[in-house]
Amino acid sequence: MRLVQGNEAVAEAAIKAGCRFYAGYPITPSSEIMHFMARKLPEVGGIFVQMEDEIASLAAAIGASMAGMVSMTATSGPGFSLMQENIGYTAMTEVPVVIVNVMRAGPSTGIPTAPSQGDVFQAMYGSHGDYPVIVICLADVLDSYLLTARAFHLAEKCRTPVVVLSDEIVGHMRESVTLPEIESIAIDENGKAERPEMPVIGRDPDVYYTGLASEDGRVISDLDEYDRLIKRLYRKIGGVASCKIENGDADTILFTYGSTYRAAKAVIKVADVGIFKAETLNPFPERELRKVAKKASRIIVPEMNVGKVVKEVERVVYGSCKSCEVISVATHRRIDPFTILEAVEMAGRV
Amino acid sequence: MMTGFGTPTTAQQAGQASNQDKLRELVKLPTTWCPGCGNGIILGAFLRACLKLVDNKELEMKNIVVVSGIGCSGRVTQFLKFSSVHSTHGRAIPLATGIKLANPELKVVVMMGDGDAFAIGGNHFIHAARRNIDLTAIIFNNSLYGMTGGQLSPTTQEGEKTPSSPFGNVERPFNISELAITAGATYVARWTTFHVKQLQKSIEDALSHRGFAVVEVITGCPTRTKKKPSELLKMQKNIRPLRVLKKVEDQEVEEFVSKYYRLVRELGKTGRR
Repeated sequence: MRLVQGNEAVAEAAIKAGCRFYAGYPITPSSEIMHFMARKLPEVGGIFVQMEDEIASLAAAIGASMAGMVSMTATSGPGFSLMQENIGYTAMTEVPVVIVNVMRAGPSTGIPTAPSQGDVFQAMYGSHGDYPVIVICLADVLDSYLLTARAFHLAEKCRTPVVVLSDEIVGHMRESVTLPEIESIAIDENGKAERPEMPVIGRDPDVYYTGLASEDGRVISDLDEYDRLIKRLYRKIGGVASCKIENGDADTILFTYGSTYRAAKAVIKVADVGIFKAETLNPFPERELRKVAKKASRIIVPEMNVGKVVKEVERVVYGSCKSCEVISVATHRRIDPFTILEAVEMAGRV
Repeated sequence: MMTGFGTPTTAQQAGQASNQDKLRELVKLPTTWCPGCGNGIILGAFLRACLKLVDNKELEMKNIVVVSGIGCSGRVTQFLKFSSVHSTHGRAIPLATGIKLANPELKVVVMMGDGDAFAIGGNHFIHAARRNIDLTAIIFNNSLYGMTGGQLSPTTQEGEKTPSSPFGNVERPFNISELAITAGATYVARWTTFHVKQLQKSIEDALSHRGFAVVEVITGCPTRTKKKPSELLKMQKNIRPLRVLKKVEDQEVEEFVSKYYRLVRELGKTGRR
């Protein structure tokens, strides 16, 4: 057992999962990930590069991935905004890459660096056009370690961008944890992943990657074919939705993602509530949420923004169940157990 | 054995034919560029430069990767029959940086237009030059945005009328080669699509160079400027200066990727944790 910071756990998990390339640009509260990678990657034969901005950082990570390296970048809100175009590009070219966004209070420069969950919709829908992206939320230091490792495996398996959403609370939190062994993606002595299905520059002949709609390097302009392409891209991530449910038979369920989960963990000790912890927001764990909604009277959704994911919860719950009420607890303060407990008690009185 | 004066030998004929065949193996023709466009001249010079280096055993085709951005020049990768990447607008250089860092064995060539490399991607260009990363940048400089309708670009001359400067361009243009020199590129040459032989030679030199090499090629857009291709070539003929403007020997400035890999090897040896 040792004391580990959330951001450090992300970086440690990345290297253990097989990541050998990091390109980034300094921004608080994500910089510790960069510092860890700058120090550790060359020691394991990996490559670290500080680029001139976040656009270049993601572009370089994509280039390295096309050449066979398991690669990543990390940033916070302003940098994440700059990366949006290339997120769509990596989805269209089907190149695996992991993008960590340690969320802070926006919009614009906002409050550097207060925590926030304001970027959730941008993570799910930020780039132009229809594209699949897996969005994973980190709730604590152990999550930062285990779910980051999972992000790399999912990126490889689905050949798609994976956004890992942390926030200032989780990123700067230090906890005593035992970090278990995690499975590494198979990489050779040059730090290249096996990737038998993927065209790799330098290994395979006549590789062609383009952001134009294309299948097997052939550019598409027929709209029926384009429709089939986009639907195929979405199908790749269809089965990876993930959640954890605690005391799921309770009348009141707390729907949490990211750092609000820890506040809910304190509430469950003193009130008869259940917790639905969404580990992925994209794809949304709809089936499990529907099951829980059928038994519960109310679902409370605490989040550090104007109330965003609650709209997804309402869509799923109200679409399948008339008797369950969805209550939003949206605030730009830190969500602490008292905030949630107050909402639980208020809801119970009505 | 001598044959008639001025008549090619069968060996020479065979040699020429095989060179044509070799070129056809590298490129899908016809391209979609407009009639009279200079881009095909640049592509031809590049491919012949590659073939020459391959014949001299200085380069292998399997190790060449071309990265392009967006615009008319960006389409170049669609016509190639070897490895290439068509990236996003302005981001060809950082994407190529990732490829080169991940696989230093590769000769990574970046083909960009003037808007691609100096407007939307200007920041990446100067930083690649500062790092002296081993990339060969070939700039298709036609001083306008051809694909989107002929608007002004960072290299459009003052006073020039375009759809986005209908009363004449009030901005001053970049001098691309001077910018590259100042930013730290270690090989810089400027030619036009009129000077095909010199252009090919410079691309050969740029490909053989270890470091950030820039070949600026001034070309014309007959479609958007509504000028005859012959007229455009006549204008290019008189542009000055045209030559190799800077060449720093490889050993004088250590290239970025080899420097980083040296660090990785040293850390590996000492086993520092």
